[in-house]
Amino acid sequence: MECQECHQNPATVHFAQVINGEKSEIHVCQQCAKDKGYVSQEEDAYSLHNLLSGLFNSGSNTMQQQSLRKREETLQCDKCGMTYQQFARLGKFGCASCYHTFADHLNPLFRKVHSGNTLHEGKVPKRAGSNIYQRKKLRDLKVKLQQAIADEAFEDAAGIRDQIKSVEKSLHREEEGEDS
Amino acid sequence: MSLEQFMNEAISPWLKEDGPDSDIVMSSRVRLARNFEDTPFPLIAEEEQMDNILSFFKEEFNHQTYNQYKDFEFVRMADLNSTEKQVLVEKHLISPHLADKSKYGATLISKNEQVSIMVNEEDHIRAQLYFPGFQLEKALQQAFELDDWLETKINYAFDENRGYLTSCPTNVGTGLRASVMMHLPALALTRKINRMLPAINQLGLVVRGIYGEGSEAIGNIFQISNQITLGRSEEDIIEDLKGVVEKLIEHERHARSILLDQSSLELEDRVFRSYGILQHSRIIESKETAKCLSDVRLGIDLGFISNISKSILNELVVLTQPAFLQQYAKKMLTPNERDVFRASLIRERFTMEQKEEY
Repeated sequence: MECQECHQNPATVHFAQVINGEKSEIHVCQQCAKDKGYVSQEEDAYSLHNLLSGLFNSGSNTMQQQSLRKREETLQCDKCGMTYQQFARLGKFGCASCYHTFADHLNPLFRKVHSGNTLHEGKVPKRAGSNIYQRKKLRDLKVKLQQAIADEAFEDAAGIRDQIKSVEKSLHREEEGEDS
Repeated sequence: MSLEQFMNEAISPWLKEDGPDSDIVMSSRVRLARNFEDTPFPLIAEEEQMDNILSFFKEEFNHQTYNQYKDFEFVRMADLNSTEKQVLVEKHLISPHLADKSKYGATLISKNEQVSIMVNEEDHIRAQLYFPGFQLEKALQQAFELDDWLETKINYAFDENRGYLTSCPTNVGTGLRASVMMHLPALALTRKINRMLPAINQLGLVVRGIYGEGSEAIGNIFQISNQITLGRSEEDIIEDLKGVVEKLIEHERHARSILLDQSSLELEDRVFRSYGILQHSRIIESKETAKCLSDVRLGIDLGFISNISKSILNELVVLTQPAFLQQYAKKMLTPNERDVFRASLIRERFTMEQKEEY
């Protein structure tokens, strides 16, 4: 649907207006909505970026939180120069290294955005090498082992423990191979 | 240029094919977001860095063939005028965001327009594949192959724990956005859809209108896609989406059969009134066009209308949008002129079909 004001951009703001009991629907783009005064700057605060950046500041004001914030203030990515505050405001990373620089602060955000998840479970680039696959397998097996112990399925646990040993061995061999 | 000739160029070849469950699922899409390891994301990259990426794509992938997708063509946004860019948006080959970033944005489009690889969008690479009908698994499998092909020449930004690193935290991990475009007129007519949408959202899926984020479902066309990209494998994400889409197909078919049982004549009347409007109107707005096209599509699926093919409707959804009308008219049109031109184009298209019958 196109914006009914400029007829150029797609309409992204939709609402109904009632004037003298007459209801009419308005479909406009973000820019025209602002230009025509349909939305104020505050309403724009509900955009994805602002919602995201809101997630960074939802903690309480305990001593621990305050010292965490102090540390955030000085955090800056040495590859692209993005500060933690810029990241929190934009809701976007500047480069791949930002993920490492801000690593200690990201889990709460990822948990909120991805239904509690913080670790990748999917495809791995072939170039990243086979030991990422092995390490992931090891991680999965360790979780499985804990579950088997909790379920008191000790025979299964013994089998999983053997698998862990064999993955660890091959991983060790690969890493030694890489070093030499 | 004749309408027939224009259509042949305007409609993506893949859109003319019929896919599985195409009475309800119009198309399936898979998109992967990827970035170069050592270059800042487009949001803050310097001009020279973005230019390097453009040159790289032009040199490595222009006129290359990958699998059955022949002859990728490299198109720089800076080389297109605003109507041409809008046409690509209306064909869903590029995002509105890429069209706006005119200077360093580009896309590689396969000859049949099934694959488009956006360069310097929010991420360095956004590769997307379309399939007609309900074919999510096939789309994922081919997206993986395309990804492997790109990866032979590119070192991706990847982290063992976080997966594919993207500019926005909402895409990190798999970088996968899978979506289907569904026509759900019976669920909309019976207002059942309003009860189902909140449940779909609770399952970590998003429902939007035909033009993505923030747009409403015009012409009863709904886009359903995954929201979560981290912590689940690509196959699991597709499986979840597939499950919900299958349920929606089942409910839509059920609602259609109830409508047919209980108010067949009213439904038939609605379908033929809309068919009449499309065939005979002289001025028609885009919203009414979308509504009428939805009714006629339902009419074909229910067997009320048998003398036209559904592919005409797919064509008209694309052709009646503002940039396409202007492209065909070869001039800028005012909104009123567009409504007149739209009506005449639709009439012309139906007349062409009748001629073809004899």
